[in-house]
Amino acid sequence: MAELRAETPCAGLVPVRVAGLSLSEVAPGRMTSVAPYRGQERALSAALKSAHGMAWPAPGRMTGREGARAIWFGQRMALLVGPDPDPALAAHAALTDQSDGWAVLRLEGAGAREVLARLTPLDLRERVFEQGHTARSELAHMAASVTRMGGDAWQVMVFRSMTATLVHEVETAMRRVAARGIFP
Amino acid sequence: MRIEGRGLIDRDRAVNFYFDGHRYQGFEGDTLASALMANGVRMVARSFKYHRPRGVMTAGSEEPNALVTVGLGPAQEPNLRATVVEVSEGLWARSQNRWPTLGLDLLAVNDLFAPFLGAGFYYKTFMWPRAFWERVYEPLIRRAAGLGALSGEPAEDRHERAFAHCDLLVIGGGPAGLMAARAAAEAGADVILAEEDTRLGGRLLAETDEVDGLPGAEWAAEVAAELAAMPNVRVMTRCAVTGVYDQGTYGAFERMAPGVADRPGAPGGCFWRIVARCAVLAAGALERPVTFADNDRPGVMMAGAVRAYVNRWGVAPGRSIVVFGNNDSAHRTVADLQEAGVHVAALVDARSYARSDLDVPFYPGAQVCGTSGRRGLEAVTIATAKGEERIAADCLAVSGGWNPSVHLVCHMGARPVWDAERQAFLPPDGAVPGLRVAGAAAGVFSTRGCLESGLAEGLRALRDLGLEAPDIAAPMAGDQPYDIFPLWQVPGRGRAWLDFQNDVTVKDVELAAAENFRSVEHMKRYTTQGMAPDQGKNSNVSALAVLAEATGQGIAETGTTTFRPPYVSVPIAALGAGGRGKGFAPERLTTSHAETLRRGAPTIEAGLWHRPGYFPRKGEDHWRQSCDREVAMVREAAGICDVSTLGKIDIQGPDAARFLDFVYTNTFSTLKPGRVRYGLMLREDGHVMDDGTCARLGEQHYLMTTTTAAAGQVMRHLEFVHQCLRPDWDLRMVSVTEQWAQFAVAGPKSRDLLNGVLDAPVGDEAFPYMSCGAVSIGGVAGRLFRISFSGEHAYEIAVPARYGAALFAELVEEAEAVGGGAYGMEALNVLRIEKGFITHAEIHGRVTAFDIGMARMVSAGKDCIGKAAAARSGLVDDAREQLVGLRPVGAVRELLAGAHLFDEAAEAVSDNDQGYVTSACYSPTLGHVIGMGFLKHGRARIGERVRAVDHLRGSETICEVQDIVQFDPEGGRLRG
Repeated sequence: MAELRAETPCAGLVPVRVAGLSLSEVAPGRMTSVAPYRGQERALSAALKSAHGMAWPAPGRMTGREGARAIWFGQRMALLVGPDPDPALAAHAALTDQSDGWAVLRLEGAGAREVLARLTPLDLRERVFEQGHTARSELAHMAASVTRMGGDAWQVMVFRSMTATLVHEVETAMRRVAARGIFP
Repeated sequence: MRIEGRGLIDRDRAVNFYFDGHRYQGFEGDTLASALMANGVRMVARSFKYHRPRGVMTAGSEEPNALVTVGLGPAQEPNLRATVVEVSEGLWARSQNRWPTLGLDLLAVNDLFAPFLGAGFYYKTFMWPRAFWERVYEPLIRRAAGLGALSGEPAEDRHERAFAHCDLLVIGGGPAGLMAARAAAEAGADVILAEEDTRLGGRLLAETDEVDGLPGAEWAAEVAAELAAMPNVRVMTRCAVTGVYDQGTYGAFERMAPGVADRPGAPGGCFWRIVARCAVLAAGALERPVTFADNDRPGVMMAGAVRAYVNRWGVAPGRSIVVFGNNDSAHRTVADLQEAGVHVAALVDARSYARSDLDVPFYPGAQVCGTSGRRGLEAVTIATAKGEERIAADCLAVSGGWNPSVHLVCHMGARPVWDAERQAFLPPDGAVPGLRVAGAAAGVFSTRGCLESGLAEGLRALRDLGLEAPDIAAPMAGDQPYDIFPLWQVPGRGRAWLDFQNDVTVKDVELAAAENFRSVEHMKRYTTQGMAPDQGKNSNVSALAVLAEATGQGIAETGTTTFRPPYVSVPIAALGAGGRGKGFAPERLTTSHAETLRRGAPTIEAGLWHRPGYFPRKGEDHWRQSCDREVAMVREAAGICDVSTLGKIDIQGPDAARFLDFVYTNTFSTLKPGRVRYGLMLREDGHVMDDGTCARLGEQHYLMTTTTAAAGQVMRHLEFVHQCLRPDWDLRMVSVTEQWAQFAVAGPKSRDLLNGVLDAPVGDEAFPYMSCGAVSIGGVAGRLFRISFSGEHAYEIAVPARYGAALFAELVEEAEAVGGGAYGMEALNVLRIEKGFITHAEIHGRVTAFDIGMARMVSAGKDCIGKAAAARSGLVDDAREQLVGLRPVGAVRELLAGAHLFDEAAEAVSDNDQGYVTSACYSPTLGHVIGMGFLKHGRARIGERVRAVDHLRGSETICEVQDIVQFDPEGGRLRG
């Protein structure tokens, strides 16, 4: 009989700290992709609300709060992060476990936006990309999910297999930004 | 020759720098050009073709002469303009295109042959013998004529790329740009102000104009400070906007300040992509020379540059200066020089009606027609109504008028418009959506005019942005009219240079016209005028004016050549920043990667994934030894292979089954839950796209697998089919490739091995070939599939990726205990070739189901993507190349993938081509080499002999055509 030890995607790769910037791993808990079936968006949103306390997120938005969030994750899809999905949701949406498929990292500190500006074409300006906004986009040639968690705090997700590349790219950008001394 | 008390340099901060090995001193704020000038260095370069001595001519990025190489070793940067290189402590700069030294350049002998080296010389002379061009002539010419060079050593990847977004991008920080930025900033717009120079101010830094009662440079510094303090403004100095692209995207290259670039981790430069809703181009104008005989001697400079050196850098470009022009710029220059205490020997104004109150020998209606001096200017010859006159001078300041910098406006295909009154090409209206032009770039040449124009365009941009205009007015400043008399060239003996960077003379352009290269684009290519780093910034308009005269057309009809990005040269290292080596593409690593490396396995790339090639053991020093052993392990005991890289797509919904029937050639709606089926997928054009297994996990729940390399393509295809072709069907799909770590457990001992790992054992009856189901491993919920890519009794076991590393180590340990172990891609490949299983070596995009012998898998009872197209007569012709097995039977036992197949007796030429080898390997199981390939009429030719010829590697092998399945054709091992 085997005993399997679990390993997180970022094991041994983070934290990375450069000047006032830090890159660390987030333990997201359970992550489930939620994809509503035809015409089920409204019913799903209601079910989400009663089961997990958040509405279905509009494109580019995150709903919920710390510990139970729904992050828009692409065309008619959201990622439920935190709780085990309520079985009632399955009546309205395809639920797929994604807890192990993605590395979830947090980039934080003054200049974090400048770090991301070296990696992704997203418009992350204060007034454009507000707290709770999210996007699926390219980040250093990787398909990523970028979410603004707070003033200078960003969540970045990439496929688990690309974690080492992501950490390398972000760290390089952190060093560039720190060396320039860009702290708006 | 410094002028005391003038300039924006910091005289308390001296810096030492080197030019051609000599040490000099400059000040902070100096450019290499101003510092060399202050040290009395006049000759700074040799010209491109004739190796003529050349000096600094301008004070900006348009400089054609003073190109230098900065730095040493791998980091050396060639072709930098001394006029924009900032001096800093220890700066190491060298002149270019000279041998052995700048002073004694033996290639200056080219200058003596100048009569033979005119435009088109190479094309006419080096035509014969033809083969000599590439090997003899071109290298020779390139050595003699040229620019600086890279070191040839690999340099550190120090550049970076970045994105920026704004409401308004202001290009240029002169009076117009400052006003536009200020207006937009006060209205609350997000503003980026990009300025090529090290500080804001533009021409205000070089002139003595006052703005709002303050010296221009001081006013600019005040506005700069104001803007820098605003949170919605980003001032980017040392940042040249280089190109205009679709949808408000602008490219820009930012140089680092010397102090920043030296910090550890700092970038060497940054290539920006700026996306702006609106833009104001306030790029100013460039002064153009007048062409006359021997106008290229060191000491001949642009009048505006002379003022810049005097006023901004406090340095006199000469001891005795002649000023020549066809507009008031010449008069200003004399006034500034005299105020600075520099002797002016003459003011030569081509306008006969001109007046001057200045205390200077004044020659209205006269022209400079020649110069003399050995390594620099010593005297100027002028032509007046009374005849020629020689005036001693070591500097000649020339102004032929101003060319608005319309380059960026024309990057999307528009042509500038000729304005006869200003003798200038002006920007066309509406050439770039959202881009407005202000100030000198729009042909407004007075300071007051620029301030007003900048403000007006800034306010117009605000209207487009829907923002309220702030209440600001343009400050007071001088409003001199621009009076210009057309003068392009002065007739005279000797060569008159148009393009200093490429050594193109008036005669070259006239020759081009005479030889019927009359279009300006043809003339450019025939003479090389306007090419190379400066792209003809100060020569284009003059050259086309000369062409216009030579062809008898007007300037407007002649037109300009096409303006293309980049406006200033951008290092390729900046465009490709971060892309070297591993930066080229992300690496995808499996959960077993660390263990794979620990076991010494070399990895190979499959798509972006890094997979083990083989796992070497003690005593094995050739990959074949490891591979043969691993194959035998799988055939005789049990092997473990990480197959997580295969694409996995979770498909759910009421219409999932019919959707799969539609995308696969075969039927999946009839598959029972708990069972797996092999599927083939076609593109819409009827060719095979991908293959793989698909498991039915529940009534409305499937798990599709794809090949590693085509996972993304298949996902995209499925999304297309669902979103565009069958949006009415209710199903959802999502990739779960990364969620599951999956391992093949293959070999006769695989079941027993697994049962040692699983919480509850599986038996053959409950788990027959092509079944799947949930399992538990140490309490972890996993999935088990009884599928085989090796032809052995085999499974694939999947667990959530967090447990992948642990499960792989566990499985390999168990396998080793029964005489097996881990196997890599090499063994995997051999195992599948023995069984005739295909990969993308076979389904490479040009083959049909018919070709690979799977025509019967295209279900007759239903439609599917690609079915109709695959039925086209040409795609089901027996004469097509069909997949067969191959086996060497002659003396040569080597078979190479890529070899082409020929009839045994036919000559191995392309006319006789019968097909090609797609895969080949040594089969340790069969004891000989085997292969697969496509052969015309292949299936009907089993038992025949063909010849496999690899022309590239010089290999030739006689093969017997075989069935594609060369091992265990009945499949007993698989099912047993």
